[in-house]
Amino acid sequence: MRHFDIEMSDLQNRLIDMAKLVQEMIKAASQELVKHDPKQLNIVSCLEKEVNIQEIVIDDKCLKLIALNQPVGADLRFITSAMKINSDLERMGDEAVNISKMALNLVEYAGVKTLTADIFRMVDDVQNMVIDCIKAFNTSDSKLALSLFAKDDEVDLLRDKVIDDLKNLMLKSSDINTIEKAVDLMFIAKSIERFGDHATNIGEDIIFMIHGKDVRHPKACSAGKSLT
Amino acid sequence: MSKIEVKKFNLYYSDFHALKDIDINIEENRVTAMIGPSGCGKSSLLRSINRINDMVEGACTSGRICISGQNIYDEKVDVGFLRKNVGMVFQRPNPFPISIYENVAFGLKVNRIASNKNVIDGVVEKSLKAVLLWDDIKDKLRKSALSLTLEQQQRLCIARVLAVAPNIILLDEPCSALDPVATVKVEELIIQLKDKYTIVIVTHNMQQAARVSHDTAFMLLGKLIEFDKTEKIFTNPSKKETSDYVTGRFG
Repeated sequence: MRHFDIEMSDLQNRLIDMAKLVQEMIKAASQELVKHDPKQLNIVSCLEKEVNIQEIVIDDKCLKLIALNQPVGADLRFITSAMKINSDLERMGDEAVNISKMALNLVEYAGVKTLTADIFRMVDDVQNMVIDCIKAFNTSDSKLALSLFAKDDEVDLLRDKVIDDLKNLMLKSSDINTIEKAVDLMFIAKSIERFGDHATNIGEDIIFMIHGKDVRHPKACSAGKSLT
Repeated sequence: MSKIEVKKFNLYYSDFHALKDIDINIEENRVTAMIGPSGCGKSSLLRSINRINDMVEGACTSGRICISGQNIYDEKVDVGFLRKNVGMVFQRPNPFPISIYENVAFGLKVNRIASNKNVIDGVVEKSLKAVLLWDDIKDKLRKSALSLTLEQQQRLCIARVLAVAPNIILLDEPCSALDPVATVKVEELIIQLKDKYTIVIVTHNMQQAARVSHDTAFMLLGKLIEFDKTEKIFTNPSKKETSDYVTGRFG
């Protein structure tokens, strides 16, 4: 095996490990929501530090691979995709921290269970999306990567429903505490939905990595092509 | 519009089948790079475009290579005129052991393009300016060409080709004997020359092909495997063999 191939394999493994850390973060943040366990914030914060370190290490590795090896073709696509996936994973980590911090406010709130059924469904969906991301990246499975787009649409619909329900609740409620918690839940729903967006971005990067096909912003792309 | 059209072209060196059914259309005023492992036939194809291979014993061809619509393997073709129209620069700079001035004027005199001193002076100046050598050597035109640096010698060889006003320039690994700084200068020159000439370059240096060419042909075992825009070949080639070669997995 060439030294370059060993380095590329190491880059792939590091990204998979980072994705697993992010997966852990989402799980811990959701545990905080589900089980009202404030200890989970500590776990999420520790994992975030590790994810941040990995982001820097992976970026540095990509930069050196480009500078020292002048990769082309599939290798170049892999490295540029790895840099973008790295950035999306780090942002997912940030969202997990946001959820975790806001969930802390809900720990003492007894009424939370009645409001969070759809949010839990969103959490399940995005967790599955992250699992699919890792699998698609690891096995170069473009069909699985493509399936993330439809799953993201489902998460978006759930987010809309959650926000509408929370708005209605606030309109009907005169309890300040309930309104405050509803606002927190809105932010949480938004953060969970962002997981889906980042997972979709990773899916797009995986498709580019495998086929060299840019599937981002299809409408803007076709408009751009007609201009050139 | 295609300047060079290669159709079902085969080249044999006695029993050895060096080029196999090559089909390629090289467009005007563009730089086309030919890449591939040693012995793949890229230099043979380049040398077939100005029929230098005719001089190899046992070499024979079938198929056609048309330049501006004319089959250069047609019996009526004047090979001398063809080589004036299709200039060639080789791997190692090969200036003649005469003065810088005489090197550039050589083709004009041999081809009897010009005999008037003022005209020749004008062409020498224009050719040396085109290769960005004039300012450095205008005061030492009578000095031996061998006194120049390797990079300047290679520029001089290109100026010698330009002096006879070709339409096509063939470059056979023109930078392989040059250091990185000289290579950058020659590459910049190639990019500038493409506005006036159709350029075909054979190179082992894939980064060079990526830097200077618009189109790239990948050859393997005498066959043309893939020919496409350079950016496509180096980002997302269609054929596995091309991908394996450009990513350094074989060759």
